[in-house]
Amino acid sequence: MDDKPSVLERVVVHLLLVGAVAFALYPVLWVVSLALSQGGLSGTGGVVPLPRAPTLENFRLVLGTTDPDGAWLFGRQLANSIVVSLATAAVGIAVAIPAAYALARFPFVGKEAGVRALLATQMFPTVASAVPLYLLLDKLHMLDSRGGLVLVYAATSVPFAIFQLRGAFSQIPVDLEEAAMVDGATRFQAFVKVTLPAARPAIAVTALFAFMSAWNEFILAATLLSREDAFTLPVVLQRYVGEHDAAWGSFAAGAILVSVPVMALFYVAQRELVSGLTAGGVKG
Amino acid sequence: MSAMTEAAEEREPRAKASVEETPLPASAPRPIRCAARGVKKAFGKTQILKGVDLEIAEGSFAVLVGPSGCGKSTLLRLVAGLEEADEGKLEIAGRDVTRAPPRDRDIAMVFQSYALYPHLSVRDNLAFGLRLKKTPQAEIDKRIDEASQMLGLGHLLDRLPKQLSGGQRQRVAMGRAIVRRPNLFLFDEPLSNLDAALRAEVRVEIRRMHERLGATTLYVTHDQVEAMTLADTLWVLNGGLVEQKGAPLDVYARPRTKFVATFLGSPQMNLAEGKLQKASGGGFVAEGGGMALEVDVERFGAALEDGREVALGVRPHDLRVAQPGESPSLELRVEIVEALGFEAYAYGWAKASGPRVIVRLEAEHARRARPGDVIPLVAPPEHVHLFCQKSGVALDAE
Ligand SMILES: Nc1ncnc2c1ncn2[C@@H]1O[C@H](COP(=O)(O)OP(=O)(O)OP(=O)(O)O)[C@@H](O)[C@H]1O
Ligand SMILES: [Mg+2]
Repeated sequence: MDDKPSVLERVVVHLLLVGAVAFALYPVLWVVSLALSQGGLSGTGGVVPLPRAPTLENFRLVLGTTDPDGAWLFGRQLANSIVVSLATAAVGIAVAIPAAYALARFPFVGKEAGVRALLATQMFPTVASAVPLYLLLDKLHMLDSRGGLVLVYAATSVPFAIFQLRGAFSQIPVDLEEAAMVDGATRFQAFVKVTLPAARPAIAVTALFAFMSAWNEFILAATLLSREDAFTLPVVLQRYVGEHDAAWGSFAAGAILVSVPVMALFYVAQRELVSGLTAGGVKG
Repeated sequence: MSAMTEAAEEREPRAKASVEETPLPASAPRPIRCAARGVKKAFGKTQILKGVDLEIAEGSFAVLVGPSGCGKSTLLRLVAGLEEADEGKLEIAGRDVTRAPPRDRDIAMVFQSYALYPHLSVRDNLAFGLRLKKTPQAEIDKRIDEASQMLGLGHLLDRLPKQLSGGQRQRVAMGRAIVRRPNLFLFDEPLSNLDAALRAEVRVEIRRMHERLGATTLYVTHDQVEAMTLADTLWVLNGGLVEQKGAPLDVYARPRTKFVATFLGSPQMNLAEGKLQKASGGGFVAEGGGMALEVDVERFGAALEDGREVALGVRPHDLRVAQPGESPSLELRVEIVEALGFEAYAYGWAKASGPRVIVRLEAEHARRARPGDVIPLVAPPEHVHLFCQKSGVALDAE
């Protein structure tokens, strides 16, 4: 039997793939092209957008922004984004892990109701709570602060993280913890030395997700932050396309700069994301 | 990895080769006793264990058998400390451990699922318990060495569990128990996930390991071959109580109840309801289901009464074809013959409305037997079992 595809089949498949790639990458090409052109939308042209006179000027502009005192504004804003996103992931995971473990392992009064309540919080878009959150943070004197933003982001990321991790923990056989306890571990040691490492891929994915949602979040950030030096990058980006003039070049350059850390993170986390560490510990 | 170990990996070395040469562990634990007294356990409203007494002598191999769901695993988990008894007492090495957490019991357990730590290499799986006890690294290395020699794990030490076959995982699970040098080994159906050939092999290995280490062992299974071959003492659990205990062959030869009689032995013992009849010459005959079985008067003694209703039983292996001229205990009308090569079984009836009767046939008879044939069979009196129809207890055990 000859199970190699025929030439025609291969040509068709490749054409389809090229089409799909073009469809996915075309907008990205526009952004890259804009970022490398001067003069915004008029700086590029044609069906295939290519910069007429490629230049890094837009990147220089975006990276080099300073505040009136001459301090490096973009650096400050980048730090805001990184710190807030990392802290959101860390706090979200730290809160979600014990909750998810309890939900996965122990029977207790109000468990079902609790899970439903968690689900319910997911039904409302976060914008709906923007105003109360603003008032709360105002009272706490946490507007325009990284801490305030972390508090809000972590709180909104926790329910989803709990769901994810609860699923992951219930996948891990209780036998593993029991084996550890028979081997001489306390319940807590069994959790730390066996369950947590076995759930590592799931924890990594959940943390990455929390990081990304904080990294990309715009509406709450725009509502809760008013000082330029407190901005996170999405807010900074938005400012480039104002009502009257749109600095498309800077916007595009900024968009690329915002994407790079996320891409790097995905690259680093790849191994965790695809590995199924729990496979094989228990019969199979 | 050297060429030599590569080659070894190809051949899948078995423990057999190395067992004899391996030195005994320097400080093999002194065997201890383990006992359960009146242990009760319920899940919700369902009473699973109804007062179990269990006693495992120093260094002996106890096997717990019983039908699925009778509470074997539950009892084992109570001994391990993974469940807490509602009532009763557990003793390990003379110490009351009823309320002690698993880590304070000095036990090791091989799980049915093996429960290997998925994120740790085989070596780290083995070392896990020792590291928790802060055992010096040199000692850890030594023990891992011993155990991996004993079980043929040497070439697997750096693999993750998911890179092992089922049989190899099973070995690692045993190794993890051995390196701990525990007071008490617990096994919960450790072979049930292996194929038949491997199961037989590992079964022998477990017995050998026990003979070398001499550690007190409690082993749960519902496989009667494992039960018969591994046990020093067999404990038959049924309905939340110990139904019979004893040396496996004794339990097999003298089942105390109808349940034990049918649970052990394959194919099952033939049973029929019937009556005792006094025969001329002081003997007794048990009649029922188309059988008339002569009874061992010495064995049952005073329990024999003319006209008493009994359940009579005889194992398929204990029936033999009657010699010409000999008066048969029953005449089997053959329905089907199952020839397994080394032995054969004929299934049929001794009486149209009676229970099904199975008999093991010698090769010569098996070749000739055809469906529809009538085979005259004799049951030697010493192999005829009698049980009270109401209680199911053997007449000689009442
Ligand atoms: N944690 C639990 N909660 C509720 N019921 C349980 C629990 N563990 C066991 N049971 C019940 O207790 C009974 C005995 O279970 P156990 O696992 O001890 O049986 P077993 O003799 O080991 O059976 P098998 O041979 O199938 O393994 C079963 O009916 C089971 O459903
Ligand atoms: Mg069981």
